[in-house]
Amino acid sequence: MSARTSSAVKVAAEIAVPVALLVAWQAWTVHAQSQYFPRLSTILVEFRELWLFAQFGTHVVPSLERIVLGFGIAVVVGIALGIPLGLSRWGRLAAMPHIEFWRAIPPPALLPISVVLLHSIGNAQKVSFIAFFCVFPTLLNTIDGVRGIDPTLADTARSYGIRGFARIRRIVLPAAMPQIAAGMRVSLALAVIIMVVAEYFSSTSGVGYVLLISKNTFQMGPMWAAIVLIGVLGYLLSVLFSLAERYFLAWHRGWRAAIPG
Amino acid sequence: MATRGDVVTAVRASEARSARSMFPLDRLVVGLVFVGSIVASLLIWELLSKGGLISETDLPAASTTFAKLWDFMHTEAFWTAFFQTVRGWALGLAVATALAVPIGIVLGTSDFAARAFRVPIEFLRPIPSAALIPVLFLTLGTTLKSEVFLAAFGAFWPLLIQTMYGVHDVDPVAVDTARAYGLGRYERLYRITLPGAVPYIATGLRIASTVSLILAFTAELFMGVPGLGQKVNEASSYGLNEDLYAYALATGFLGVAIHLAMTGVERRALRWHPSQRGVL
Repeated sequence: MSARTSSAVKVAAEIAVPVALLVAWQAWTVHAQSQYFPRLSTILVEFRELWLFAQFGTHVVPSLERIVLGFGIAVVVGIALGIPLGLSRWGRLAAMPHIEFWRAIPPPALLPISVVLLHSIGNAQKVSFIAFFCVFPTLLNTIDGVRGIDPTLADTARSYGIRGFARIRRIVLPAAMPQIAAGMRVSLALAVIIMVVAEYFSSTSGVGYVLLISKNTFQMGPMWAAIVLIGVLGYLLSVLFSLAERYFLAWHRGWRAAIPG
Repeated sequence: MATRGDVVTAVRASEARSARSMFPLDRLVVGLVFVGSIVASLLIWELLSKGGLISETDLPAASTTFAKLWDFMHTEAFWTAFFQTVRGWALGLAVATALAVPIGIVLGTSDFAARAFRVPIEFLRPIPSAALIPVLFLTLGTTLKSEVFLAAFGAFWPLLIQTMYGVHDVDPVAVDTARAYGLGRYERLYRITLPGAVPYIATGLRIASTVSLILAFTAELFMGVPGLGQKVNEASSYGLNEDLYAYALATGFLGVAIHLAMTGVERRALRWHPSQRGVL
């Protein structure tokens, strides 16, 4: 097989396999007639009716708002704490037991506690809950990125007398940025998961709320439409993040070296 | 990509190891800071509650919570729930490993297979497993099956990706050398490819084990599958805040124990790797 036909076969497979999977799903749901697994076509119709864009404002916008706010707060806090901890060995020693504990605890275990502590099932509780757990990936990667700064770079900056805030802004932050971005990506994926879980636990609006209510009322169409929407949201946010990352980190040497082509 | 963030533990572990090679006095100070920091946070917790800044109903004091947990630890019900959660975690991780590692090897060695399944994987991977809870609740119900399915589904993805990368990243010179020496396909697989991929798979296992615990607990919390999650849900429904905090604390300790155990496994698998030798 020549190189050209082999790559043509690969492209064909790349398109054919997902299509075949979707067709198989449709065929299976038509055949099974299960009350819990509506046809794929039914789900897609339901999806269009619900989310494009009748219920978009009432349920998708609040969920997105919580993700964006929670993620934003987590990133700011993670970087702001991560830089000093990355620079100070004593700071790290003191902080590590706490960081290790909080990130090892399964987040849903704290859901009821967050409701009790904040006396709220509204945005205050959702956003702070998302922010709390999304801090850790960004924080740990910031610490590691700051620690991993090229010693020559750090020494050169010192001999040029760059210190204090200028050192952080011009040396530390740019050098740690690719790893901070890697942490932010994990935080963002986590934000979507935690949004769903928090809304599924207790809420009055949002995609997780639709999921819960449609399950409780046995409306399988809306339930599956919500599941598909959550998948699409997770996928789109991760694609958006990749684009932003590529754009903002295009200048970085390590970044360019890490991504061939 | 997950891999870049994952170097984290390897490097941090080396900091802990370097503490062992320090002078005794230094080691003492490091230990004091570690213990002091934990004691200080417990004191702050105690004072927040007893001092009345947050009411004792909303935040039971540290002493109350630990006393409650201590009481629990003398009951059989607590340990039953505890081991039910551990069982869900272990089965979920085992199922995920049994599926993800072979599939990852196939996708990592065959360019064709990798291309064919790229789109479904890229699309399924970021889907939060939690979205499946209602479907599982309606179909498999409040059973161990639901819990294991959810945990395995979540743990599958990081393991699959790590295995694919690991197999893909095996030194091509080593593979070609083996081929030149006339090693067959399967011999190459278990003599060259698999050992080369082990560090990646070990990191994947560590990540997957955290995910598996989170989802096992989530299944218990939301679907009422017996375990610590169900206990938390009960305590929350009846407004028993002291129980709620004690169970959450127990869950946290379980999480820490699993994390430490898996980091240990990873370190063993990576013993030969430069990041693990404690050279800073």
